[in-house]
Parts: sequence; structure tokens; C-alpha cells
Amino acid sequence: MKGHSLHSLNGVFWRRFRKNRLAAAGGVVVVLMFFVAVFAPFISPHNPDDIDRKHVLEAPSLKHPLGTDDLGRDVLSRMILGSRISLSVGFVSVGIATLIGIFLGAISGYYGGWVESIIMRFIDIMLTIPTFFLILAVIAFIDPNIWSSSAIPGWIRESLRVILIDPNIMNIMMVIGLTSWMGVARLVRAEVLSLKEREFVLAARALGTGDMNIIFRHIMINSMAPVFVSAVLGIAGAVLVESALSFLGIGVQPPAPSWGNILTLGKDNIEIAWWLSVFPGLAILITVLSYNLVGEGLRDALDPRLWDMEI
Amino acid sequence: MIAYLIKRLFEMIPTLVGITLISFFIIHLAPGKPTDILTELNPKITPEARERLEKLYNLDKPVIIQYGLWLKRIVKLDFGESFSTDRRPVMQKIWDKKQSLLDRRLFITLMINLITFAIILAISIPIGVSSATHQNSLYDKIMTTTVFIGFAMPSFWFALLLMMFFGVYLGWLPVSGLKSLNYDALPLLGKMWDRISHLILPIFISAFGGLAGDSRFMRSSMLEVVRQDYVTVARAKGLPDKKVIYQHALRNALLPLITLIGLSVPGLIGGSVILESVFGIPGMGQLFFMSVMTRDYPMVMCILTIGGMLTLLGNLLADIGYMLADPRIRAKQ
Repeated sequence: MKGHSLHSLNGVFWRRFRKNRLAAAGGVVVVLMFFVAVFAPFISPHNPDDIDRKHVLEAPSLKHPLGTDDLGRDVLSRMILGSRISLSVGFVSVGIATLIGIFLGAISGYYGGWVESIIMRFIDIMLTIPTFFLILAVIAFIDPNIWSSSAIPGWIRESLRVILIDPNIMNIMMVIGLTSWMGVARLVRAEVLSLKEREFVLAARALGTGDMNIIFRHIMINSMAPVFVSAVLGIAGAVLVESALSFLGIGVQPPAPSWGNILTLGKDNIEIAWWLSVFPGLAILITVLSYNLVGEGLRDALDPRLWDMEI
Repeated sequence: MIAYLIKRLFEMIPTLVGITLISFFIIHLAPGKPTDILTELNPKITPEARERLEKLYNLDKPVIIQYGLWLKRIVKLDFGESFSTDRRPVMQKIWDKKQSLLDRRLFITLMINLITFAIILAISIPIGVSSATHQNSLYDKIMTTTVFIGFAMPSFWFALLLMMFFGVYLGWLPVSGLKSLNYDALPLLGKMWDRISHLILPIFISAFGGLAGDSRFMRSSMLEVVRQDYVTVARAKGLPDKKVIYQHALRNALLPLITLIGLSVPGLIGGSVILESVFGIPGMGQLFFMSVMTRDYPMVMCILTIGGMLTLLGNLLADIGYMLADPRIRAKQ
């Protein structure tokens, strides 16, 4: 109670979120995974790329807690580095999807008319083509070297590397982002529709504020909460899609490790090396579960209709 | 009702055109020309031969004209010939009239999805209802936890685990394909069991994910309905609990589920790529994956279009179902 007044909205929000024990547990895992991803090279027990032909496909032991793969590489170390790849794919692709969704949703809700009709129709069409078909087709036909080619200025490639993103997985992030913005757009449109006739917006318009200013500085600021919730849930979805793509062999390409492509090795060695199948999948499950729990917890905590209950 | 259906069908036309547009232009994202893939396997091809090929596929014309010509052909369900070495017509590869119905790719995918739907409905409705009527009980909590895990479970990983346990460790079920090698030599009953045993794991996996979502949805829909006044009235006039729940409340709680089912079609069809690849099932999803990997453009365009059309069909059926189930909507028409 200390630090928050009983009536402050922030106080209510945090109390409600913490009270939801599952969501809080999910939050702890999310934060933990974040640190593992950032400090991956410092905590992995071995070099994830070290090949050891004498210790191929070894079961979990003290030296290799999660066993070794078909080239004798340490599975735990590869999974730790893989967490960085999975999470960066999750964050960046959701970032792309959220930006597109906010932009298209906001202008369609604010302007209405033919702008709205075209955008809404386009969303319908995108939702009609089975998502995974769309992702697969785009990822296979887009130029795989686009982000490492000289068409992209060197400083962009360098800055991507600085924020720990491998340019080679930019394509996957882009494709997942470009095929998953539709929900956000619909959500934002509904928010904008409900806010655009409110007094503070009318006041801003009467003062001569520009459209873009009204949309993004007055309306969007007030509808960020549901967008944030959907972004958190979106990260879970993106991690799942990335692992499925990598499992099928068209996502993150070896030798770069990802939870999905370690599972491919698991499938190839299904009769002799259970640890290659069990652990990476467990990591995906726990990560996705935690993000889902946090997302649901945030949604409940932010929902004012539930506030008068049990505070 | 007929008038409404016709109106709905007309509304679908722009979406259908949009689907063909996207299917067509995705192909043009690829670097180089589609015929590159045909010619790169044969480095000795002459420039003249290459030109002939480009003419054959109308690649010498502007993109818009190409799209128009393609559209004109697919109205007659002619998607052209596959780029793969067998050069068979694309439609024939999806729906081969010479094969038995059970072996046609589109049929296999549809069958797996329909059985999955039936199982999801048969299980998720009772689970959802009983979770709602026993809200916050131990049973409800266990179900909620299962649902959350079901949401987060990567289907291909679950498939691997079950393959490992039932296929490799116990040796009870086959883990790949739709038929055993000795299928033709089996007696009739043996053939039937052979097919069923190959389908158990894939259908279980495919139903598991949907089960989580739908039973959760059913639960919240039911919770909303039992708070309505007419349910209180039914209770107040002394109807037995079973009757209130299963006759008054359930009918209304089912309505939103119909929409949800319509919406889940694209997910299930898209998911067939993963499912069929993991289990080596020769369906449309597996064909799509192989076509994408070999850049078999006509095949990819065809399956993208068919996938979109199946979704539209699912939405239409959901609309009809909604109309049949909800007298309020029927009265409005």
C-alpha cells in the first residue's frame, strides 16, 4: 500500500496485477528470460559453436546439462543463445506489426469514408488467406539477402548488429510483422472511433490542431493500454511462429541456433536423442505461456469494469 | 433468407478478387523471373528457348495484363501446369480424379480438418459449460490451466513428444504417412484400421490447440449468459437447474461460438502445413510447403487462392448457421 494512494490509478493497477499470482509468476519468467537473452555470452557454460566430434549426441550429464547435439555442441549454450534470437524476433516483429496497425487503424478510424473502406477491406482479405500460407509464401519468395546486401546502407546494418539483431533474421521479423498487424489495426480503429467525438478532441480541433497531431498526441495516447496488451500477447504468437518456421527449415538458418531449429535435429534423431526434442520445446512453451499470462493479467488489471471488485 | 444469401455471395466478390491479387503479386516479390527456376536446372538452354517459355507463360507482357490473363483462366479452374518435373496440371495434383477419393490431397486436408472440427465441438462445449457452471471450483482451475498450456504449446513440439512416446517408445502407433507399406495386401478391416491408426496422432494434435481456445470461449460466453435476466426468471419460476442450463442458457451461449468457428478456418488450414510436414501426410499443406521450397509458382498461386476460398466458404457457412440458430436475425431479413 505504501507509496501508492488508494485512489491513484497506478496504485490500483499494480495491486491488481500483483494479486494475480499467475500473471506475476509469468512476469518473473519474462524478466528472467530477458536477462538470459541479453547476457547470453556470459552465462552460457560452453561456446555454442564449438564442435566436438568425440562427444556427439551425448545424453545430459554434469558437463553438458542438456546434452549435446549431432555435432557435439552443447545444447544448453545453444538454447541460451537461441533465446536471444527468439526474443528479438518476437519483439521486433511485434514492433513492426504494432506500428503498421496503429497507423492504419488510426487513420481509418479518424477519417472514415473511402479511406476506412479500403483499409477495412484490405484487412478482410489479409485475414482470409490462411496466415501460415501467406507467411510461407512471402518468406520463400522475398530476397533472402536483402538485409545483408549493399542495397541497405552500412550504418543500418551496423546499428542492427549493435542492438543484437542478426541482419539475416530481419526477413523473418519483417514477414511476421507484415502478416500480423490486422488485429491491432481493428483494435485501434475501434478506440479511435469511440474517442474522436469526445470533448478533449473537439477542443483540440477547435484550437486548430493538425489532424496527425490530434490522432497521435491526443487520441492514441489515451488508447495505448489495449494496444500494449495486444503487443504482449503478440510476442507470444510471434515466438511460436518463428519456432515453427525454423523447425520447418525456413526460419533462422543454422549454424545460428534457434529453439525451432534445434527441434529439427530432435526430429531427425527422434529415436536416439530425446533431449534434443524435449528441452527446446519446453523453453518455447514456458516463454509463450509466460507472455500470455502477463498479457492476460495486464488486460484484467487495466479493465476498469473489474476494478470495483475485490480491491 | 435466399435474398440475404445472394447478397452475402455478392459481397464476397471483392474479397475474392483481392485474394487472387495477393496470390498473384506475392509471386512477383521474388527476385528474377519465374522462368529462371525452370531454366536454371538446364544451363544449356538457348535464349530462344527461354523466350519461348516466357511467351508461353505470358511473361513478356505487362504485369497487369498477366494478371488479367491468369484471372481469366482460373475462373475456369485452370491454374496451369506445375513447374515441377512431372509438369502435371496444378488442379490434377490437388484433386487427382484417377486416385481413390481417400488419396486426393485436397480431400485429405479437408477430411482431417472436418474431423478436427467435430472433435473440438464435441469436447469443448461440455467442458466450457461445466467450467462455467462450476466457476472457480478445482475442476474449473484445472481446466483453465490446461487451456493456457494448450494455447502456448507449439503443435509441432507436441507432435514430436507424442511420436516419441506412442511411436518410438511404446510402438503402438505409426508416426508417418497415411498408409503402411503393406497396405494393399491387407484385408478390408485391416485397411480401415491402418488408415485410422495413421490419423489418430495428427487429429489429436490438431484438435488440442483448438480445444483450448474454444472451451475457454464457451466458458466466458456461458458466464455472460447465466447472468442475464431470463436465466434468473427461469430459475425463479422453479425450473430444474439442468433445464435452465442446457435449454435456456446453452442455446444463447452457443451463438458466438458459431462465429468463432468460422474465424478459425484459416488458422486450421494454415496449420495443416506444419501438421502434414511433421507427420508426412500427403495433403494440400505438404504440397504447398514443397511447392514453396521448389518455387513452383503456379502451384503456390493455386493453393493460396484455394485456401482463401475455403476460408470464405467457412465464413459463409458460419453465417448460415448463425441465421438458422438465431431467430432474431431471421426475423430481421
